[in-house]
Amino acid sequence: MIEAKDINFYYGDFHALKDINIKMDINTVTAFIGPSGCGKSTFLRLFNRMNDLIDKTRITGECIVQGENIYDKSIQVDQLRKKVGMVFQKPNPFPKSIFENVAYGLRVNDMGDKKIIAERVEESLIAAALWDEVKDKLKKSAFELSGGQQQRLCIARALAVSPSILLMDEPASSLDPISTSKIEELIHNLKKDYTIVIVTHNMQQAARISDMTGFFMMGELVEFSETKKMFLNPEKKETQNYITGRFG
Amino acid sequence: MKRIKRILERTIESILTVSGAVTSIAILLIVIFLFKEGLGLFKSPSVEKGYSLYVNSKNTVNDLDVEDIKHIYDSEVENWKELGGRDQEIKIFRFEEIFNIYSDEELGKDYSLLPEKLGEVIIQNPNIIAYLPQQYAPTDIQGVKALPSKDISIGDFFGGREWMPTATPSPLFGVLPLILGTLIVSIIAILIALPLGLGVAIYLSELAGERTRKLMKPTIELLAGIPSVVYGFFGLVVLVPIVQKVFGLSVGETAFTGSLILAIMALPTIITVAEDALRNTPRDMREASLALGATQWQTIYKVVIPYSASGISAAVVLGIGRAMGETMAVLMVTGNAAVMPHSLFEPVRTIPATIAAELGEAPAGGAHYQSLFLLGCILFVITMIVSITAEVISKKQLNKGV
Repeated sequence: MIEAKDINFYYGDFHALKDINIKMDINTVTAFIGPSGCGKSTFLRLFNRMNDLIDKTRITGECIVQGENIYDKSIQVDQLRKKVGMVFQKPNPFPKSIFENVAYGLRVNDMGDKKIIAERVEESLIAAALWDEVKDKLKKSAFELSGGQQQRLCIARALAVSPSILLMDEPASSLDPISTSKIEELIHNLKKDYTIVIVTHNMQQAARISDMTGFFMMGELVEFSETKKMFLNPEKKETQNYITGRFG
Repeated sequence: MKRIKRILERTIESILTVSGAVTSIAILLIVIFLFKEGLGLFKSPSVEKGYSLYVNSKNTVNDLDVEDIKHIYDSEVENWKELGGRDQEIKIFRFEEIFNIYSDEELGKDYSLLPEKLGEVIIQNPNIIAYLPQQYAPTDIQGVKALPSKDISIGDFFGGREWMPTATPSPLFGVLPLILGTLIVSIIAILIALPLGLGVAIYLSELAGERTRKLMKPTIELLAGIPSVVYGFFGLVVLVPIVQKVFGLSVGETAFTGSLILAIMALPTIITVAEDALRNTPRDMREASLALGATQWQTIYKVVIPYSASGISAAVVLGIGRAMGETMAVLMVTGNAAVMPHSLFEPVRTIPATIAAELGEAPAGGAHYQSLFLLGCILFVITMIVSITAEVISKKQLNKGV
C-alpha cells in the first residue's frame, strides 16, 4: 500500500503541492490527470524521491510505502528506488547495448552473477513484451530501436530489478498510437504483479487503463475515486469541466 | 523588399562559403609550406654550403660521418686509426692558417696562387684534414683528395642524439633529444593535469553546490586566459626554487619543473571542457540511472562519464595540445639544454622552445633554418596523432557504451 499524508511540497517559494492525502492499493493502476503544471508529475516523483535531485525543494508530511515513511532519515534512497521503479516521459535508454540497458540495474545493485543476469534480462524483456523483437540483437545499441521499442526497453529495465511499485510519468506521450496501445496493453498485463501509478495527460488513456483516478489542479488533489465513477459521474465541478474538455 | 532580403541572404551565404574556403585553403597552404621548407633539409649537404673537407690522397680514409667530423673537430678523436685509417695523429688545418705560412705576395695577386699553396700544405702533411672554401680549393692537384660531400640523411636527423645546429664544419641535427624532451615534459604534465583536472571537473559538475560552481567556474576560466609568459615568470620565480630545494638539485630548471608549469597551464582548459561535457549529460540519463537504485557514484562512472566520453577526450586533446605546443613558459623553466634526457630532474629542451629560441639566429634557407621547420612538422604530426587517437578512443567508447 502507498499512502501520502498531508503532503506539502515547495520549489523554492512556489507551493507546488498542497495538503495531499491519498491511499493506493497494491496491484492496482492509479492514474493522475490534470492540466499542465498542476503538480501531478511532481507528486509522482515524490514516491521514489526523484525530487531530491532538484535544488531548493522542500517537503512536509509523510509518504508511506510498504509501511515506512520514505522521507525518514533512516531510509536509504538507492534501496528505495530499487523497490519503486520509474518509467519516464521520454524514452531514455543508456548509450549502451540493449542487453546492458536491462542489466544495468542488476549490475549496480549486485544482483547475481552472469547467468542470473542473463536470465533476468530475458524475463524482463519478455514481461515488457519486447523479447521477440530484440532477442536476435541484444548486443546492438539501444538507440537502434524505435521510440516505442525504446520505451518498452525502459520498462523492461525498470522491471529487471524486481520493484513492487512502478511509477510511470506520461510513458506514452511521445509515442505514436500503435506504440501507445502496446504500452497500454503492457500496463494492463503488469497490473497483476506490480502496483502501478501513472501520470497521463490523455484522459481516454486514464479511463482505459486505470482502476483509480486522481484529478490534480493547481497543486491540489481535487478528486480521487474509482475511474469509472470519475469519468461518468464526477463529484466536483472542476473535474466535470476538465474531463468534458471545457478547459485544460 | 522581399527581393532585397533575398539578395542579402544570398550575399551572406556566399560570404560564408568564401570565408570558409579561404580559411581551409590558408590552413592547407601553411601545412604545405611547413613541409616544403622542412623537407628541404634532406637535400642540404652535411657540411656548410660552399665548403668541403680535404685530406692527403695517401690517407686511406675516404668517407667521414657527420659525427666523425664533429669528433675530430672536438678533439675527441685524435688519430686516424680510430676512423679506420693509418696510425697517424690527426692534424686539423684551418683555412686562416695559410696566411701564417705564406705571405700575401706568395699567394699571388687576388690570391690566385692560394689553391696551389693549400695543395702543397696538404701534400706535405699526410695526416692533415682541411676545411676549405670550394672557391680556393686545391681541386685538380695531385695528392689532394676531397672527401665526398653527403646530404643530411633522414637517419642522422631522426636517429641523431646530438643537436648542435651551429657546429662547424658540420652541424649536427639530431632531434632525438628534442623529441624526447617534448614527450617527457608533456607526458608528465598530462599525467599530473589529467587526473586532477577530471577530478575537479567531476566535483564541479556533480558534487559542488550551485554557489560554489558559480564562483569557481569563472575563476578557472580566467586562469585559462593568463598569458603563458606570465606563467613562465611564475614558474621561474616560484617553482624553480621550490623544485630545486625539495629534490635537492643543483639547478631547479628541469623537465619536471616544465611539466609542473604545463600541468598548471593545461588544468583550466581540461577542467572547463570536461566540466561542460559532463554537464551536457542529459538529466534523463542521470535520473534513469538513479531511479534504478544506482548510487550517485555508480551513476557518475557508469553513465555520466561514458556518455561524455567524447567531450572528455576533447578536453584531453586540448590539454595535450597545449602541453605539446606550449613554448614560452617551458622555455623559461626547463633550462634549455638540448641533450638526451636521462632523468626527470635534468634540464631538457622541447621542440617549440627550440624553434622559438633558434629561428631568429638561423639564416633563412640554410640547413639550420630548414631543420627548425622540420621540427615544426614533427610537432604537427605528433599533435595530429594525439588528436586522431583521442577521436578513435572516444568513438569506440560511445559505440561500445561501457
